[in-house]
Amino acid sequence: MRYAYWPGCVSKGGCPELYVSMAKVAEVLGIELVELHEASCTGFGVLTEQDQELADTLNCRTFAMAEKLGAPLMNICSTCQGVMSAADRRAREDPEYLSRINETLAEEGLHYSGNLEIKNFLWVLVEDVGLDTLRSKVKRPLTGLRAAPFYGCYILRPSETLGIDGKKRDTYLEQVIEALGAEPVDFYGKSKCCGFPIVTMNRTNSLSMAGDHLLEAKEKGADVMVTPCPLCHLNLDGQQPAVEGIKKQRIGLPILHLPQMVGLALGIDPKELRLNRHVVDAMGVVAKIGA
Amino acid sequence: MQITLKVRRYDPERQDGAQTGVAYWQTYPLDAPDHFTVLDALIQVREEIDGSLGLRCSCRSAICGSCAMRINGHAGLACKTRISVLGGDGQADALREITVEPMANMPVIKDLITDMQPFWNKVRQVEPWLQTEGPLPEREHLVPDEAMEHLVGVMNCIMCGACVSDCTVLEAELKNGKPYDQTFIAPAALAKAYRFAADPRDAKQKERLKKLSEPTGIYDCTHCFECVQVCPKGVAPMERILKMREMAAEAGITNNTGARHAQAAEFTIKASGRNYELTFYPKSVGMFNLKELLPALPTGLALIRKAGAKMVLPHKAENVEKIQRIFKKVGKKNKRRP
Repeated sequence: MRYAYWPGCVSKGGCPELYVSMAKVAEVLGIELVELHEASCTGFGVLTEQDQELADTLNCRTFAMAEKLGAPLMNICSTCQGVMSAADRRAREDPEYLSRINETLAEEGLHYSGNLEIKNFLWVLVEDVGLDTLRSKVKRPLTGLRAAPFYGCYILRPSETLGIDGKKRDTYLEQVIEALGAEPVDFYGKSKCCGFPIVTMNRTNSLSMAGDHLLEAKEKGADVMVTPCPLCHLNLDGQQPAVEGIKKQRIGLPILHLPQMVGLALGIDPKELRLNRHVVDAMGVVAKIGA
Repeated sequence: MQITLKVRRYDPERQDGAQTGVAYWQTYPLDAPDHFTVLDALIQVREEIDGSLGLRCSCRSAICGSCAMRINGHAGLACKTRISVLGGDGQADALREITVEPMANMPVIKDLITDMQPFWNKVRQVEPWLQTEGPLPEREHLVPDEAMEHLVGVMNCIMCGACVSDCTVLEAELKNGKPYDQTFIAPAALAKAYRFAADPRDAKQKERLKKLSEPTGIYDCTHCFECVQVCPKGVAPMERILKMREMAAEAGITNNTGARHAQAAEFTIKASGRNYELTFYPKSVGMFNLKELLPALPTGLALIRKAGAKMVLPHKAENVEKIQRIFKKVGKKNKRRP
């Protein structure tokens, strides 16, 4: 399996543990990742709202690079997935628009046909690697671990753009959690917003949203939360001490990036997955599964 | 088809100790034809099983908006939702359970009937009427069709409240005990605000956008797409909110955190091809805004401690000048100021 790889900005900045753990997991799963070093930030939705054609051109440029490689595109960020899927949809649905974008890309020798597969690692795991293969590679089943899934808005909505309805992609996290031997914790907040997009505009609301989900998951018995979105991770893990201040109670719920959880079950050393490099201590998870 | 309707009921008169008004779940097993909508099923319950079930409905054909409620956890019109498309995956028909609740984020009057008054107050707050300048024309205001095309979608709004029910920001604020009239204006009223702010005949666009850029307005939306997902008429309120952010920026209304946040995004991507988090927050709230910066400092330091040099050192795309070329060629700012 070979993918053009867009790791996203956060895995190179605030969450380097995501980048490192994805590399380790890809190796074990036999996934070849060809990183697109010249690609740009997707604009995380904000650039799109300011200047849609600019953001779409930048994203189509990334798609064109992947097409040139002859490989589907994989990302490790729900937000990147959502922004890319929406840009791709607009380009596919409006040939005139796409041709205008391609005129700009031609100066760089790039062209986007509109036929690229763009997939988050979560989708790659279920649709390309397959849950049976994943199960067969598990060396350290996460037995007894209760894991709360947290998707991130951009990988779920709008469902039509993200191909949710036909493929049940809104259940993939639970399926992966089960395949790794852990027990998924069902809770209302799992498909809700973590609050990150408004952390600069309305800090209280943003942290309250994160707090509501963390507390609900904990109340439902979660030992850990797992997310395919590093922006959600920033609010759920990075901001958790501040959330505890707003909610006036201790939470202490470790948040794993999806590749970290997969890596744990594949038998990779927790320190190599950088579980010791979170704001909320995640090494307790290791003790829980007896690794 | 055998189904079970699990209905969230509320009896405002029932006593529970000192408390008046009790909410509870009630289930109704039902044999319903496949073509039934949730509303058909509820009406059958009311007519044949339990006449005390309270619900609101009128047109029964997705026009009036009065039967909005939460079905299997998400808001929608009961008259537009067929029972055959709900749940049932791998379940025997006899186990097919459909949960029905009143809309969230608004007070419940009885069972599935909510109090829409707070909703209407917010709609009124955005002054949903045309405000023109100059002498009134003798007959109607004439505008070319194409100048109104962008408003067709938003004019489809039937004010059902589904988007408000599932608005995440409003939900968090109400959970925190914030008084309703001080909360986020929310999707329906903001979509209505767009309908007038983007009307070529309206003369108050800038004033409207200025007011909407204040707290509780367009920059409080968290981009969660819930309202886009549940709107039964394709109004896509969030898209209208984002459009107003773009309009506000173009109108020069930039002295607020939301606008600065967008500018910071554009700046960082243009400069490095990446989102450089370290400068993002200070640039958004204002470099000297200690009131906002100080509470965020512990988080910033914790992240730097966690991520180390990766967080501090600016990350840059290779050959970033290629990205900058696209900004120069396609970017609106360059088009405005060639």
